[in-house]
Amino acid sequence: MSFSWMAWTLPTTLFFVTIFALIAAMGIWEYFSPGGAPRVGILRFETTRGDRLFISLLGAAFINLAWLGLIGPNLWWALALAVVYAVGVFRFV
Amino acid sequence: MEKTYNNKAWFFVLPVLLLVLFSAAIPLMTVVNYSVQDTFGNNEFFWAGTGWFTEILNSDRFWAALQRNLLFSVIILALEIPLGIFIALNMPKKGLGVPVCLVLMSLPLLIPWNVVGTIWQVFGRVDIGLLGRTLAILGIDYNYVRDPLDAWVTVIVMDVWHWTSLVVLLCYAGLVSIPDAYYQAAKIDGASRWSVFRFIQLPKMKRVLLIAVLLRFMDSFMIYTEPFVVTGGGPGNSTTFLSIDLVKMAVGQFDLGPAAAMSIVYFLIILLMSWIFYTVMTSSDKDA
Repeated sequence: MSFSWMAWTLPTTLFFVTIFALIAAMGIWEYFSPGGAPRVGILRFETTRGDRLFISLLGAAFINLAWLGLIGPNLWWALALAVVYAVGVFRFV
Repeated sequence: MEKTYNNKAWFFVLPVLLLVLFSAAIPLMTVVNYSVQDTFGNNEFFWAGTGWFTEILNSDRFWAALQRNLLFSVIILALEIPLGIFIALNMPKKGLGVPVCLVLMSLPLLIPWNVVGTIWQVFGRVDIGLLGRTLAILGIDYNYVRDPLDAWVTVIVMDVWHWTSLVVLLCYAGLVSIPDAYYQAAKIDGASRWSVFRFIQLPKMKRVLLIAVLLRFMDSFMIYTEPFVVTGGGPGNSTTFLSIDLVKMAVGQFDLGPAAAMSIVYFLIILLMSWIFYTVMTSSDKDA
């Protein structure tokens, strides 16, 4: 089966592999520690690990878009900021 | 008692996950791939990096369409939600009136979107349309083809006519599920009509209202067919919402790269807004 119609590139492949690896890692984490570790963080509503991953990924997308729109095309610093943001989300939200 | 977890249940959702993979995930991945490339057809692609995103984010055309779309969604929610609640509250709860009202309310929902657009396009015409002609006879200068305000009013009234029924039916379902005991208790306490609404009916409708707000926001934010049929995005660009602009870019101009970048930004905005709505409404539900 050919997937050439999907116009794959190496960067987009790496991007999706990372996303799927994160989701798979969450599945493994859930298997060994079920329940999703719900807690109420600084946003004052209950979040599980899955919620925190979702907030991290969505936030990372907007951080990168804001960087592109306001600063420039070099996204390495935006990626670093997104990682710091995700660590913050998993620690405090 | 400690809660038990059985992860084998995940196998039952596997078929749905596969369906979502083929119907949503794979097309979305393709759009992401297109968004970083340029093509001139013949399935040949050239790397463009993040250029299309930069172009979209610095485009006045995109921000103008986004502002129009947000304004449209806010107006739609502000009109349809209170109106839907009001009609649902005043619908009969028993007797012959129930099926009659339910059928009448369902009718606009059964009409295909392009037919709704065509109905309103003819209805609003100054030369032959019932609405347009009547307004002209009354001396009101109404012409949705020429005047941006008239075009907006027409598109909004059309959407309210088409979709308020959905809010009504959802609210009505919430209302009829309230046991009579609540109303009897309120009557004994001498509660006013407003108190019954505020402390019994509104809290019981919260879940269906959440669904109504989410559905109406997402639908109105993605609206395409009806305004396209009625105004074609005009006059000028006054009713060019994001989806209309996107189709112009992708199909009209065949600019697949910018259109894909715009689709992703559009998708992320809808995802963020829906998540905010859902979180705010469900967390306040838990507090109650």
